[in-house]
Amino acid sequence: MSILVNKNTKVITQGITGATGLFHAQGAREYGTQMVGGVTPGKGGTIIDGFPVFDTVKEAVERTGATASVIYVPPPFAADSIMEAVDAGIEMVCCITEGIPVLDMVKVKQYMIGKKTRLVGPNCPGVITPGECKIGIMPGYIHKPGRIGVVSRSGTLTYEAVWQLTCLGLGQSTCVGIGGDPVNGTNHLDVLRLFEEDPETDAVIMIGEIGGTSEEEGAYFVKENMTKPVAAYIAGVTAPPGKRMGHAGAIISGGKGTATEKVAILRDCGISVADSPAEMAQALLKIFKP
Amino acid sequence: MNIHEYQAKAILRKFGVPVPDGHVAYNSAGAREWAKRLGEGPWVIKAQIHAGGRGKGGGVKLARTRDEVRDISREMLGMVLRTHQTGAEGKLVTRVLVENGCNIANELYVSLLVDRATSKVTVMASTEGGMDIEEVAAKTPEKIFFETIDPLVGLTAFQGRKIASNLGLTGKLVNKAVSALQGLYTTFVTCDCSLLEINPLVVTAEDNLLALDAKFGFDDNAMFRHLQISDMRDYDEEDPKEVEASQHELSYISLTGNIGCLVNGAGLAMATMDIIKHYSGDPANFLDVGGGATIERVTEAFKIILSDKNVKGILVNIFGGIMKCDIIATGVVAAARQVSLSVPLVVRLEGTNVERGKQILAESGLDIVAADGMADAAQKIVQAVKGATK
Repeated sequence: MSILVNKNTKVITQGITGATGLFHAQGAREYGTQMVGGVTPGKGGTIIDGFPVFDTVKEAVERTGATASVIYVPPPFAADSIMEAVDAGIEMVCCITEGIPVLDMVKVKQYMIGKKTRLVGPNCPGVITPGECKIGIMPGYIHKPGRIGVVSRSGTLTYEAVWQLTCLGLGQSTCVGIGGDPVNGTNHLDVLRLFEEDPETDAVIMIGEIGGTSEEEGAYFVKENMTKPVAAYIAGVTAPPGKRMGHAGAIISGGKGTATEKVAILRDCGISVADSPAEMAQALLKIFKP
Repeated sequence: MNIHEYQAKAILRKFGVPVPDGHVAYNSAGAREWAKRLGEGPWVIKAQIHAGGRGKGGGVKLARTRDEVRDISREMLGMVLRTHQTGAEGKLVTRVLVENGCNIANELYVSLLVDRATSKVTVMASTEGGMDIEEVAAKTPEKIFFETIDPLVGLTAFQGRKIASNLGLTGKLVNKAVSALQGLYTTFVTCDCSLLEINPLVVTAEDNLLALDAKFGFDDNAMFRHLQISDMRDYDEEDPKEVEASQHELSYISLTGNIGCLVNGAGLAMATMDIIKHYSGDPANFLDVGGGATIERVTEAFKIILSDKNVKGILVNIFGGIMKCDIIATGVVAAARQVSLSVPLVVRLEGTNVERGKQILAESGLDIVAADGMADAAQKIVQAVKGATK
C-alpha cells in the first residue's frame, strides 16, 4: 500500500502559476502523479500548460475531487494557504515553502486542532511513493518502488539515503520529508506510526539532525511499539552550539538537542545508527535481511 | 538576528515594560552629557557588544560622578572586550549605554521563547536571576517555572499572577509583574522574536520592577515585516564572511578547521562536515548553496570559503536533484578558473548526467579530484590537505 499518497491520490498545486509551482507540477505529472489542477487567487478560470487554475482551494476541490495539496506559495502568504487548504477539507497538505515566520506556524498549528487535515512540512522536499505519486521537489529517478520507508527532516540528505538504498537494490514504500522548521505539521513519530501500520513497509530509515526532540520521541515509539527494524542517521555531530545550521530548527540551544545526545538515545531504543552518512543503507542491513 | 541592549530597552519601553532610564553614547563627552541629563547618579556604564558575560570582562561599571562617567566611558570605548561568549579574539567596544543605577533588592529571571514540543510561546521564569539559566537548569531545575501561552488568547492576567506567585512576589508587585509580563508577551509576538530574555528582572528597594538587562533574538524569516528592526542590525558584530554569504543567499557558518565545504542542502552540508571529522579531518565551514547551484553562486561560495586563510582544501558535495550534474560541473570549473583556485579541490557529484559531469571535470585541465560517494570524497580531501600541510 504505502503511506500518505498512492496512484489514486488526486493532487492540486497551490501557487501553480509561479515559476517554481509550475515547474514542479509538470515534474509531478511526468512522474505519473494525478496532478489535477492548481490554485492562484485572481487567475481562476485560466488554464496553464493543461492544468485548470482556480481562485480558491474550495473550488478546486469541488471541481477536481483533489484530496491532497502541495504549496509553493511565497513565505509571507504560505501560512494563509495552509489554512485555506485545511478549511477546504484537504486530507494531506504538503508545504514546500521555506522561510515561513515561526509565529505564523504557531497560529496554523492552533488553527488545525480538531481538523482532519495532515500537514507535512513546511520547508520540506515533499512526499513520494515511488512509481505511483510524487508530491514535491525530489528527483523522481533516484527512487525505486519497494518496501523500505524513509522519513527525514532534510532534503538532499534524504536523497542520499534513498540513493544508497536504490544502489543496493532496495526500493522504497514511501519517503516523507518532514522539514527543517522548529514548528511543523508532522514529526518523526507520526510517520513511524504510519510505517508500522503499513503492511507494505518492512523496515524504516529515519534521518534526523540537531535541535528539538522529534528524533527522541520517534525513538521511544520505536522502543515501545514498533516491530519493524529501524536504522537512523543524525546530522550535526560537528555543529557548534548557538549557530543555526541552515534550517531554522537545526540549532543547539541551552546544551539541548546535540547529535551525540540523540544518537545515544536512539541506540538505547534499539535503533541501528550509522556512524557516517555514507553508511545509512548499510546500517539498516545490519539489522534487516530483505 | 541580534540587537544591542540599548536598542532592546528602547523597544521594551515602547511596549510598557519598565526599564531604567538611559541613553547610548559613542564618545566620553557624550556619555558625560547624557549622565547630566539623566539625573543625579550614580550611573551604570555598560559596553554594548552582542555577547553575554560583560560584567566579568570589565564591560559593566558603576560611576558616582559625571567625571567618572566620562573617564570610565573613555576607557571602555575602543577596548577589546573578551567574555566567555566572544571567544579569544574578543569584540571591539564602539558604544556604551549610560544608565541610572538602582537599588536592587532581589534578582529574578524571565524569558519567552517558542517551545517546539507544544508549538506555542512559553514563558520561563526563575527566582534565580542574574545567573546563567543553563546552570540553574542543571543544578536546581525545580526553581524554573513554565507557563504556556495560548496564541489566540495571549498572556492572561491570571497567568501573570501565577508566574508572579511562583517568583515569590506579593502585594503591589503582583500587578506590576502582570503588566510587565503582558508587555513582554506583546513585544515578543509583535516583533516576531525567537527569544526574549530578561536577566535579571530586578525588584528595587522601592518595590518596583525593572528589566535591568535584555536580550532579543529575532526570527530572520519574519524580518521582511519589521524593517525598523532589521535596520538595527549591526554588521560589525557579525562575521564578515557570514554577512557576505547572506547577501548572496548562501547559508554560511564559519568554523575553525581547514577543509572548506560547499554543499547543497542544510542536512547534507552538516553530514558533510560530520564525515570529514569521521575521517579525522577538520571542517572550516558550513555552507549550503541551496537548490540552484549556478555558476554565480558557486563562484561567490568559492570566494567566501577562500577568504578564510585557514582553508587548505575544498570539498564540493552536490546531490544534483533537479539540477543536472553536467551543469553543476560546468559551474564548478568556471568558478575554479575565475578565483584561480590554488588549493586541492575534491568534487563529489551524484544525480542525473553524473558521467558527463565527471567528464567535464576531467577535461577541464584543472587539478580537480573526482570522488565516488561521500566516504571516498571525505577520505580524498582529508588526504590531500594532510599532504599539503606537511
